[in-house]
Amino acid sequence: MTEATATRADATKAPAKRKVHLIIERQDNPNSQPYTEEFLVDYVPGMNVIACLMAIQRNPVNKDGKPVAPVAWEMNCLEEVCGACMMVINGKPRQACSAIVDKLEQPIRLKPARTFPVVRDLVVDRSRMFEALKKIKAWIPIDGTYDLGPGPRMPERDRQWAYELSRCFTCGACVEACPNVNERSSYIGPFAISQARLFNAHPTGAMHREERLEALMGEGGIHECGNSQNCVQVCPKGIPLTTSIAAMNRQVTYYALGAWLKK
Amino acid sequence: MAQAQSHSEFVLRRLHTLAGVVPVGLFLLEHLFTNAMATTGAASFNSAVDTIQHIPFLHFIEFFFIFLPLTYHGVYGLYVAFTSGYNAGQYSWGRNVLFVLQRVTGVITFVFIIYHLWTTRFSGRAPTFDMVHQLMSNPAYLWFMVIGVVAATFHFANGLWSFCIHWGITVGQRAQRVTAYVTMVIFVVLAAVGIEAIFAFTRAA
Repeated sequence: MTEATATRADATKAPAKRKVHLIIERQDNPNSQPYTEEFLVDYVPGMNVIACLMAIQRNPVNKDGKPVAPVAWEMNCLEEVCGACMMVINGKPRQACSAIVDKLEQPIRLKPARTFPVVRDLVVDRSRMFEALKKIKAWIPIDGTYDLGPGPRMPERDRQWAYELSRCFTCGACVEACPNVNERSSYIGPFAISQARLFNAHPTGAMHREERLEALMGEGGIHECGNSQNCVQVCPKGIPLTTSIAAMNRQVTYYALGAWLKK
Repeated sequence: MAQAQSHSEFVLRRLHTLAGVVPVGLFLLEHLFTNAMATTGAASFNSAVDTIQHIPFLHFIEFFFIFLPLTYHGVYGLYVAFTSGYNAGQYSWGRNVLFVLQRVTGVITFVFIIYHLWTTRFSGRAPTFDMVHQLMSNPAYLWFMVIGVVAATFHFANGLWSFCIHWGITVGQRAQRVTAYVTMVIFVVLAAVGIEAIFAFTRAA
């Protein structure tokens, strides 16, 4: 900050331009060894990590002035609603678009979310999340051969908290931070459990409640949660994931006991 | 609804958390209570032991309500500890540290219990105040007991917190936070009771 003030004070002297220092963990292809590369990009007030990556893309030269392949990453909405640009920034998984350089400690360290297979540089393959959503049937089946008419109404009281859960954009920050998502377990991840809760809360979605609970009791299901509660700390949308997990634990407990007693 | 899904892992996990509280947790409370009898003198401890020795169907109860669930909880717990990931270095939030400690204290308690049983229950000697007093006269043994008691009581108290979530008892954030405080108070109280009993055994009868 003091440096910026000084720049304005003696602009006539044309001092050295302020730089942003980035240390990026790169990987050329899914099977190659990761390596780190450092970059210096021109500072622009209010810039985010995406702006830094764009600057590298425009001028793909590393810190030593050597031309390199531009860093690959994913992005889409640039306003923290799509989840595409999730990466590990200074040790924490978050969206690159809402990671403002002024609020980050430098050098800024970028890494891909390695809980997922790395495609290239900061691009990861999050297919497993979509497989998990399919597994727990994170949708409301309304298709039929004729018009089924309007479904039952949802109480406003429920809609309010359900809306919070609906803000999940499958970015994968919770999956990255979860210690129980690893190569020794098949845990589907916190987000999927929260989505099961969301669709079970919906009056029409509730018609398929048991199928979701069955899936949560299946392989890699809710029992794999170890309550480290990292998920709720890293969720960029502030979704109460640990409350969702506990709420689904309750549903599953009642369902499992009830189903067993009815057999 | 009737999908061909295997629920065995789910059932094993739920039985693991259940066994940790009932009966293993209850036994821990009973055991700490009996030990605490030593604080009022050798005679009261010996009479408490004598009462236990005269429980009807003692071997049956010991095997089915202590040995089996304890072995299951311990062995399956080792599997849980092994399949868990550990990232408290990167994510040093309180709950994540407790997540690691829960697994570390579990393994410590497992080793501790094996040694503890070997030197007491399966040592072939009569379980009297004098026998424990002799064991405690070795400072290494004494401090191993202290570590074991602290690990076991922490694992039990923090496990209660986890149990309440696993079974869907504490759902909301506040409920979980309050339970966290309550279980930590339980840990401190139980650890104090256990350690006081250990040092009671160091005093001559």
